[in-house]
Amino acid sequence: MWSYTFRRILATIPTLLAVVTVCYLLLHGTPGGPFDDERKVSAAVLANLQAKYHLDLPLWQQYLYYLNSLLHGDLGASFRYADWSVNELVAKALPVSAAIGGGAIVISLLVGVFLGTVAALRQNSVVDYLVMLLGNAGHVFPSFVIGPVLILVFAVWLKVAPAGGWDDFSPRFMVLPMLLLIFINVATIGRVMRGSLIEVLHSNFIRTARAKGLPMRTVILRHAFKPALLPVVSVIGPLAITSITSAIVTESVFSLPGIGKLIVNGAANRDYTLVLGLVVLVTVIAVTLNLLVDLAYALLDPKIRY
Amino acid sequence: MSLIEVNNLGVQFKTQDGLVYAVNGINFALERGQTLGIVGESGSGKSQSVLAMMGLLAGNGKATGQALYKGQDLLAMKPAELNKIRGNRVAMIFQDPMTSLNPYLTVERQMTEVLQFHKGFDRKSARARSVQLLDAVKIPEAARRITMYPHEFSGGMRQRVMIAMALLCEPEVLIADEPTTALDVTVQAQIIALLRDLQRDFGTAIIMITHDLGVVAGLCDEVMVLYGGRVMEQGSADSIFYGASHPYTVGLLGAIPRLDAGDEALVAIPGSPPNMARLPEGCPFSERCTLASAQCRDVMPALLPAAHNPAVLRACHKSVEAVSELAAKGAIHA
Amino acid sequence: MLFKNKDKQDQLVAALGRAVESAAADIHGRSPWADARGRFLRNKAAVFSLGLLAFITVCCVVGPWLLPNAFDAADWDAMSLPPMLKGWHFFGTDESGRDLLVRSLVGGRVSLLVGFLATLSAVTLGIVWGATAGFIGGKVDAFMMRVVDMMYAVPYLLIAILMVTILGRAFYLVVITITVFSWMDMARVVRGQTLSLRSKEFIEAARALGVPTRRIIFQHIVPNLLGIVVIYTTVTVPAVILVESVLSFLGLGIQEPMTSWGVLIHDGASVMEVSSWMLLFPAGLLSLTLYCFNYIGDGLRDALDPKER
Repeated sequence: MWSYTFRRILATIPTLLAVVTVCYLLLHGTPGGPFDDERKVSAAVLANLQAKYHLDLPLWQQYLYYLNSLLHGDLGASFRYADWSVNELVAKALPVSAAIGGGAIVISLLVGVFLGTVAALRQNSVVDYLVMLLGNAGHVFPSFVIGPVLILVFAVWLKVAPAGGWDDFSPRFMVLPMLLLIFINVATIGRVMRGSLIEVLHSNFIRTARAKGLPMRTVILRHAFKPALLPVVSVIGPLAITSITSAIVTESVFSLPGIGKLIVNGAANRDYTLVLGLVVLVTVIAVTLNLLVDLAYALLDPKIRY
Repeated sequence: MSLIEVNNLGVQFKTQDGLVYAVNGINFALERGQTLGIVGESGSGKSQSVLAMMGLLAGNGKATGQALYKGQDLLAMKPAELNKIRGNRVAMIFQDPMTSLNPYLTVERQMTEVLQFHKGFDRKSARARSVQLLDAVKIPEAARRITMYPHEFSGGMRQRVMIAMALLCEPEVLIADEPTTALDVTVQAQIIALLRDLQRDFGTAIIMITHDLGVVAGLCDEVMVLYGGRVMEQGSADSIFYGASHPYTVGLLGAIPRLDAGDEALVAIPGSPPNMARLPEGCPFSERCTLASAQCRDVMPALLPAAHNPAVLRACHKSVEAVSELAAKGAIHA
Repeated sequence: MLFKNKDKQDQLVAALGRAVESAAADIHGRSPWADARGRFLRNKAAVFSLGLLAFITVCCVVGPWLLPNAFDAADWDAMSLPPMLKGWHFFGTDESGRDLLVRSLVGGRVSLLVGFLATLSAVTLGIVWGATAGFIGGKVDAFMMRVVDMMYAVPYLLIAILMVTILGRAFYLVVITITVFSWMDMARVVRGQTLSLRSKEFIEAARALGVPTRRIIFQHIVPNLLGIVVIYTTVTVPAVILVESVLSFLGLGIQEPMTSWGVLIHDGASVMEVSSWMLLFPAGLLSLTLYCFNYIGDGLRDALDPKER
């Protein structure tokens, strides 16, 4: 198991390196990019950039310095604001995104697996159709449509939740954003769980379990659940990635001071180095999440044990 | 009363093409320690009949008639009652050992749960008993092997595990649905021998589903030949083998390749298995039978005692003599 | 070469092909394409979606010419009007008095155009990438698929935002940015199909009969790829439209004075407390379009590859 883990970790390094390198080159290589002399920056910012990015050295040395600082956890300096480093901005924004995103994923898993199971066990019933409809809607409607509609319904018409904003982790401001994320995630998780449970229930080993006279509850919980969960686990990886995308939109829609908002504002401001640093950070998070999912999958499936 | 008594068992499936009658008019009685062989091609309804008895039909399937275990009708039972009998008094093993064991649970878990649930054993004693049974089916190093997952066993060993699992509660009836079809020929022989020994030791009655007449010959007391969901011929193994009185049975026997037959061409029954959604009005075998007449195609032959031996039941309009002539000529095919 | 006479050989191969095909078709002797078309046409949701999509497209293209209001004509006398029949303001107006119906249709033009262009390039890139990887196989294939995996591992929106930040928001750049993240599904699927086709028996048979490789590719491989390409194109288009809409919604996509559905939704969301129609109409149009593509895609998939769902 450990050697598998180790090898998976090794496999992620080329991806990370590739992303960082491509982004870095994009930044430096494009004409009209930030490091051309044409861009006018304030003296203070320039001094900062010089110190952090070693702009007077040849490109390959700059690159190595950059990698080095990344490995030390230093994400760089802002291009616009002399007194903010990327790390400082991240430290304030990450907890917000983590709280909303993390909470949403956990709740989505529980709700999605539950709904998918119920739908599978009561195929073609009202519950099943509702779950499928929900799944379809969450899948087709874009997050930036569902979000404002949620605000319209709950904040403007029903007035039960604030339309956005943030108040130091106060729950009122977390409900609607989490609801949006949960809706989108449950759509996928519910559908996958339903499909995979239905398929598992048709397999030969379930027939054997029933032939042994085991009660349906045992058959489902002990025999069917684990194999049915495998496709769900394997879908969490891509889901986490799209969640990051959804998070960016969500924070925009609800004006939440998280990483997503930071990226969007940075992009609007053309704060290149900030965006670069954030992109690297989020990619690392995404790749790590994917790795964890792969490991979870290996834990569940006894056939994958090297 | 008989251990198992099946009366007029029928199975229907609701499909897009309408109602499909997969099984019609099956009757048999099984006594303690007896072995019944149900023989037929794919799609003849042999598996569906026993799946119906065990309450394992697909969602769109429905069983009619009666399947009595010691007088209680299995088909009329609620799931909770049926569960007390399934795996406990009547056990079943399936065709494909690769997919019939849960790959995500250890063999130990899959075996001990049977004893825990049916006999109230605790985990430790259940495990000890399971190891004993694995020994009985000749799994080497059973105590060590039991903690492994199914994919770590070979095909033949997996089938032995299935058999051991089925015998944990010492059932009175074992239903074996083509247990050797997916296995190598040498392993087949071992499994059949194993079943014979276990039957002797445990006194279990066996219903053996197979398309392989060799298996039937080695194991069964009574034989039932199915085609198109109906019984063609039914009787003791000896009378069926040595005096087949139905064209289909004759064809089956003639189709067995023989090592001592020299250069003779392989004999096949012409045609292909019937389309169960579009059966003829009369005998389902009439489309492929050389003796078939208009009457055969239009009127369903009743399953009646044969003229030459009332202990044999046959469903055929033609006389026993006509069929024997056919057998002698070896000319089942046109 | 089995026959000295090339014509006879061609006839034989053609006859064998026909024989195999008709054996594969059902008793009525229809070709697989006719079968698929029949299945698709029987799928009411898919047919309806196709019609609706065509209607929306026609409206977006032709509508703005037929309607009296210009999409950028500010009318200070008609600011923030709810939907009404007067002045042809069926969808209402925005804070500058610009008619929302026309703006929605013009926005639709842009969204659909970007969708079409980006899909075209993404699909082309995907097919070339996938077919090459599948056909050459071996290490080249492994490497090319590794690149695909890496692309999947990265949250596309981030890189898209980065690209837009650096490269700017000119129309063609937006299209390129979107393309970069939309070709992978097609590549993967085409590669899989090519791999499986390469080793299929009828290809080997054709080779054994001496059919030249070019012939094999065009007569046998391409028709078999066609089905899956069509399916995944209908999957790619909504994904592409979605990427553009997200970027535009975040203010990082299509720029003023042009507008797209994403931009309109962004504008609408900011004033929805007082003028909810500003949000609902463009959002509705976008969602409707995406739904149509979804049903069409499902219908095509069921038609070309019928399996129990």
